[in-house]
Amino acid sequence: MTTTTLPLLTPNDFSSDREVRWCPGCGDFSILAQLKKALASLNLPREKIAFVSGLGCAGRLPYYLSTYGFHGTYGRAPAIATGLKLAQPDMQVWVVTGDGDALSTGATHLIHALRRNVDLKIILFNNEVFGLSKGQYSPTSRLGTLTRTSPEGTFETPLRPISLALAAEATFVARTIDVDVNHMSTILEKAAAHRGGAFVEIYQNCKIFNDGVFEYATDTSIKADSIIYLEHGRPLLFGKDRNQGLRLNGFEPEIVTVGHGITIDDLLIHDERAIEPTLAFLLSRLIGPQYPECLGIFRNVQRATYEQLLRDSAASSAARPLDALLAGDDSWIVS
Amino acid sequence: MTSREQRLAAQPTTPSPASRIVDIPSAAIRFAGDASDGMHLIGSLFTSAAAAFGNTVFTLPDFPAEIRSPPGTLAGVSAFQVHLGSHEVYTPGDSLQALVAMNPAALAAHLRDLDSGGVLVANADTFIPDELMKAGWTTNPLTDGTLKDYRVVAAPIDMLNREAVSAVNLIPREASRCRGYYPLGIALWLFDKPLDSTLRWLRETYAKNPAMIEAASRSLRAGFQFAQACGLRQQIRVSKAAPAPGRYRRINGTESMALGLVSAAHRTKVPMVFASFPLTPASELLRTMTEYRQPDIQVVQAEDDVAALNLVLGAAFGGALGVTATTGPGLSLQSEALGLAVMTELPCVIIDVQRAGPSTGMPTRTEQADLLQALHGRHGEAPVIVLAMSTPGDGFEVVQEAVRLAIRAMAPVIVLADAYLAHAAQMWRVPAAADLSEMPVTFAVPGQPLRVPDDRGVKPWAAAGTPGLEHRIGGLERHAVTGNVSYDAENHERMVRARAAKIASLAHDIPPLTVDGPETGDLLVLGWGSTCGAIQAAANRCRARGANIATANLRYLAPLPRNTLAVLRRYRKVLLPELNMGQLAQLLRAVLGVEVISMTKVQGRSFTVAEIASRMDELSRDS
Repeated sequence: MTTTTLPLLTPNDFSSDREVRWCPGCGDFSILAQLKKALASLNLPREKIAFVSGLGCAGRLPYYLSTYGFHGTYGRAPAIATGLKLAQPDMQVWVVTGDGDALSTGATHLIHALRRNVDLKIILFNNEVFGLSKGQYSPTSRLGTLTRTSPEGTFETPLRPISLALAAEATFVARTIDVDVNHMSTILEKAAAHRGGAFVEIYQNCKIFNDGVFEYATDTSIKADSIIYLEHGRPLLFGKDRNQGLRLNGFEPEIVTVGHGITIDDLLIHDERAIEPTLAFLLSRLIGPQYPECLGIFRNVQRATYEQLLRDSAASSAARPLDALLAGDDSWIVS
Repeated sequence: MTSREQRLAAQPTTPSPASRIVDIPSAAIRFAGDASDGMHLIGSLFTSAAAAFGNTVFTLPDFPAEIRSPPGTLAGVSAFQVHLGSHEVYTPGDSLQALVAMNPAALAAHLRDLDSGGVLVANADTFIPDELMKAGWTTNPLTDGTLKDYRVVAAPIDMLNREAVSAVNLIPREASRCRGYYPLGIALWLFDKPLDSTLRWLRETYAKNPAMIEAASRSLRAGFQFAQACGLRQQIRVSKAAPAPGRYRRINGTESMALGLVSAAHRTKVPMVFASFPLTPASELLRTMTEYRQPDIQVVQAEDDVAALNLVLGAAFGGALGVTATTGPGLSLQSEALGLAVMTELPCVIIDVQRAGPSTGMPTRTEQADLLQALHGRHGEAPVIVLAMSTPGDGFEVVQEAVRLAIRAMAPVIVLADAYLAHAAQMWRVPAAADLSEMPVTFAVPGQPLRVPDDRGVKPWAAAGTPGLEHRIGGLERHAVTGNVSYDAENHERMVRARAAKIASLAHDIPPLTVDGPETGDLLVLGWGSTCGAIQAAANRCRARGANIATANLRYLAPLPRNTLAVLRRYRKVLLPELNMGQLAQLLRAVLGVEVISMTKVQGRSFTVAEIASRMDELSRDS
């Protein structure tokens, strides 16, 4: 048996010849750079990778990569990507979407791609605003967000993408943030390695229409107190002095300070592989300023993929030969 | 007298003298009853018996609108109509020469279609006050004179069946399940058909339940003997037809489309992804494709019609044959993805099993009112190919043609079927898989320029996954040469025109419109889709009376065959029957500038042969 050594691709090998046209300072630049790094780490040839996107700023991303790309219509990328995955099961298929694309028009398709566990890597750029259509509130805009269509502040309760993905039975669910490049690249690589549907929410700053909405998670002076980094098997600790923790009081999460009779053992231990996503869901509900928000992997479990089950089910029903199908169950000869 | 004696007293019990046989070229019978009466099975067995005898057959089931309607109500009546002929029959038959009504509701729903003098077989056991009331009869039609124009066989079928099967050890439920075989026996005698094919079917079907074989056979024979003895005296004989030698089966439009798709995958050797959301009446095609699955045909039940077509486009990007099936409202949802298919130049097939609309309309009823939606129902200038299926068996040909054209033009093809075609069944000569010619498909190879079109303006199919052909497609306008996103004004016009020209030039790849009958003359009856059968039958009827009528069936609706205008101009009048408000007529006037006489019907039902024949007669007289 011979082994073929793949030519090593660098992140730059994944650049297309297209000029990147996002606004200066957009969080998307950082995501694109980390994606290229993650792709280079896959040891997959370019033709085995595809990016499928919907509309909005995030939707432009496939044009900036040298892989296969399909820039679809608003919200439909998960459906397009599912079809591609069925036709080309050996390809790694990514879906690039935004909060408007995935959670307004495309909410149905996102939910069904996740519940089926199609082996897609779905990354949702969440900037909590419609950017390309010039600054309207989105389904994730937090209450009170001032936009061109919510001049008094939004009054619609926002969707929480991680909660939605967990409710949709996603097998890999994670959150990261545009400016934390090391964290993002770890998450993207783990999403890429996951066999099954992977959902990654990326907090992404829109410089023009919603600047600074994630400041609590980026400003180094306050970040430590407002973010919990999820680590599998580790207690949920945060804070500048790593002495703040999360414990469960009945069904309610409670922030406690370690010391004064409270020890590390009292804290919740993060288990991304828990079969039931109950605690992951609880973590997905933590929103500032009352609670720190979680970054990292909420859930990472294995379940058979849709494309595999579909093939298995077809294989298990003995396909009738074409002649038998054509003749049907009741045919007769006229001589 | 006991109640049994009372009932039998109403019936002649002495064997009648040799019955008279009336020979007619074709006849129709309908079996109607509650869903639990199994009328579709009984009708289907009658059809098999007629086909085995040598008749041509054409059948149409009629479904209740609800899944489980209250027994005995009009809403719960289910029926199955069989038209048998000594020549080719093209429709289920306009009116009935015989009707089996298993309860008062079935009689109320279907009596109006029975010819005067026709035979009515009624299950007298169900004509009791409660059942009559549920069906809206204030008095008993079996005794109040309502049926004086018909030859009535009022048989206490429940009781006679119980009696026939009493010697067999069956639980009551099983005994009752045999009930339908009794009127089947009556019908087989009435139409002078032997029992052997039904008996053989019973032996094969109930091989593991000998008691059931015995009981059902007894019920069937008892019905046959009852009919012989009950004084009907007159049998209907439709003699054998003489179809070309070969293997035949019955096929409905759903089965023929599914077999066409499987055959297309077989001929192209390209994997197929069939994705569909279950909507009546297209849902049967999803079920049938699931049943016919092959290793290289993946069948997906999508979350909605939008997902179905987008999934198909993703599959086509990956080099698979993508097919979806839907009905009018689903096609509306797919208009967005159709635009994307036009823009990305990906091949795909969309089957629209039309139903009566708009909106939810009458989901189990037929109509041809999606034509303009199929042709034009999109944003932007988005031409697609549109084909129409014309007979139940034609689905086999038309979907393979759709696959061929989709790949030839790298464009979406819409196939217009309808609820009538999906359910109606006809005799169909079974092709051998070995006789299906190959349909070679060429994919782009590494190094091939993807933007260079062939002589028809078609660019190569570059399947994702191919090394060296990595490229990006999407819904944004492209520069004609570089393929990059472009908002250039002149380029957009060039691209819009190129996409239109590509579809228009496909007219060179399709056969010309052919005419049945005189090449020139006074009257051409032009049809498209499912009206074809009634037009054919009506023309034959009028020709037999001496009228010189030409007919043509327009399978290709976009692009039109190149000779369409020339053909229409060869006749003084063109009659165009459609199950809509005149959509094709409107289109032909606008596009070809010809005058056509529009004949329309929007009742959720097909044209009868008589309706079309009478219009033909009028127009022939006028000329």
